[in-house]
Amino acid sequence: MNIHEYQAKEILKSFAVSVPKGCLALTADVAVKAAQSLGGSLWVVKAQIHAGGRGKVGGVRVCKSLDEVKAAANALLGSVLVTKQTGAAGKEVGKVYIEEGLDIASEFYLSLLVDRESECVSFVMSSAGGMDIEEVAAKQPEKIATFPIRDINTCDTAKMAAFLGLDGDVVTQFDGLVRQLYQMFMNSDAAMLELNPLVLTGAGNLVALDAKFVADDNALYRQEAIVAMRDLSEEDPREIEAAQFGLNYIQLDGNIGCMVNGAGLAMATMDMIHMKGEEPANFLDVGGGVTVPAVTEAFKLLFSDKHVKAVLVNIFGGIVRCDIIAQGLLEAIKTHPMNVPVVMRLVGTNEEAGQKLVKDAGLDVHWADDLDEAASIAVKVIK
Amino acid sequence: MSVLLNKNTRVICQGFTGKQGTFHSEQMLAYGTTFVGGVTPTKGGQTHLDKPVFNTVRDAVNEEGAEATVIFVPPRFAAAAIIEAADAGLGLIVCITEGIPVLDMLKVKEKLKDSDAVLIGPNCPGIITPDEAKIGIMPAHIHKPGRVGVISRSGTLTYEAVDQLTRTGLGQSTCIGMGGDPIHGMDFIDALKLFEADEQTEGVVMIGEIGGSDEEYAAEFIKKHISKPVTAFIAGATAPSGKRMGHAGAIISGGKGTAEAKYEALEEAGVAIEHNPTLLGQRMLAMLG
Repeated sequence: MNIHEYQAKEILKSFAVSVPKGCLALTADVAVKAAQSLGGSLWVVKAQIHAGGRGKVGGVRVCKSLDEVKAAANALLGSVLVTKQTGAAGKEVGKVYIEEGLDIASEFYLSLLVDRESECVSFVMSSAGGMDIEEVAAKQPEKIATFPIRDINTCDTAKMAAFLGLDGDVVTQFDGLVRQLYQMFMNSDAAMLELNPLVLTGAGNLVALDAKFVADDNALYRQEAIVAMRDLSEEDPREIEAAQFGLNYIQLDGNIGCMVNGAGLAMATMDMIHMKGEEPANFLDVGGGVTVPAVTEAFKLLFSDKHVKAVLVNIFGGIVRCDIIAQGLLEAIKTHPMNVPVVMRLVGTNEEAGQKLVKDAGLDVHWADDLDEAASIAVKVIK
Repeated sequence: MSVLLNKNTRVICQGFTGKQGTFHSEQMLAYGTTFVGGVTPTKGGQTHLDKPVFNTVRDAVNEEGAEATVIFVPPRFAAAAIIEAADAGLGLIVCITEGIPVLDMLKVKEKLKDSDAVLIGPNCPGIITPDEAKIGIMPAHIHKPGRVGVISRSGTLTYEAVDQLTRTGLGQSTCIGMGGDPIHGMDFIDALKLFEADEQTEGVVMIGEIGGSDEEYAAEFIKKHISKPVTAFIAGATAPSGKRMGHAGAIISGGKGTAEAKYEALEEAGVAIEHNPTLLGQRMLAMLG
């Protein structure tokens, strides 16, 4: 689960990490009042959306007067930002965060994540802060280092500081920061915590200028405070609806709607559609413990998507029973008519019963024996 | 022969009396698995499915000589269940539970370093040696004893490959579903080692997916240590970057973990890569004759 920058900074503050002073604003007037209360003569107005890459598309604006703050807030609020992480549709800005401007001496990249290779929580750092870290990784890989943390008590923060080129009093400050961030990561069940940039101010303070926090979805049951930060307006409404029924649904850009059991088979189905020359409209894994209401909902999602020109059902029933899938289809069409061609590959547990249900209802579906054939038919019928 | 599991392996179930535990324990029993009982704390002393229920794994080891376990307990208790099984000295731990917090799994892995236990999963279908025993949730009827080992990160996609191997007459020696989580037990390399050493296994079908580097490491290993033919499919060639495709582990981030890179590494290692998952069985048949 993602949260906003300003929320991530609230958590950072509670772990004693320095962040710039800031206020949230939903209107330009409040933004101006916020700037006034922060004081000083330099402010930054930052669009709050659940996506990175804001800076490159004008989502972060430096202002030297209250008039500029007002203009920036007006321009951002209600606008749609398209960054490389938002997809083509972009994200509408509903909130801006006003921060005091800082005197920046140098910028760093610092993140924490669960590293699959070392199987421990690891810091990733770079002296090339404030830049697109993927670009740094591609062009100057020597500027990025990973430090697996097996035991925070014995971890060599001096070595990390040296890698970043920090010296003097800052090294002690940095040692404290590393421990605070680690504590936050562990206590909050983070999947990712990223400061890009972490800055060293002219006065010699390390401050988290930007912050991104992603929570481990599996641990949300024990992270009430973070769950309370969830902003549903940032998430795809179809994905939210699907999740309520235990369906794993991701909206994509193609025309063939897919319903599959199992994540791997669902991806393979997408791959097969692509191989045959078309693109999937979605990823949809109905999961193992699927019920008739969930399958019904899944079909409704597909039938109500105006981009869907054909639906491909690919079920290899193990725990999932084919008759449950068939019943879900029959339920769904009571309210959502089947107005696009449906291709069905329905095999495995209770396949005869499932196929019979569909046939007895007189539904005009295209039957396929395997995934290859199913994909071929789906691609042909939309041509 | 087969790997890890045969008809004599003494299996228990943790989370035995729950809905999932009950259903799948029945299936395992019906398949002929030497299933000797289960564990549900506070229900020790009762019987369930005509088998004894124990409060702890240790009791099941002492009284029934349990050697392997299958875990169905809910996510918040699953990490502790794995550790309990390892502490009790079980050699094979299969964790079916989906949704275990990743930080819990890090603790499990740290703990398992001091143990000889083999962990399969979590979030996996389990392991089956056809016509001998199964520990897991896979539909048993599609399997047939035979010549090919299967190792996979995906459940249903494994069934797809198994079905093809059965239809082509090749059958399977042992099938292992390693699961879709980023931090997991057995990986491709562990399984490949076992299959290379197993006389019954003549070839290996490998099913990977986007995310992580398990397939790349497997490719390096195959190049140096595997003499038997291997064919591989990687799911998620068309998955967009930054989107998690169902499995917590299936995500392309920072340009890493793409299907393309994995195919490339495997092909370079001499693996017969297959972009069409419906052709894995045919491909293996052509290689083994």
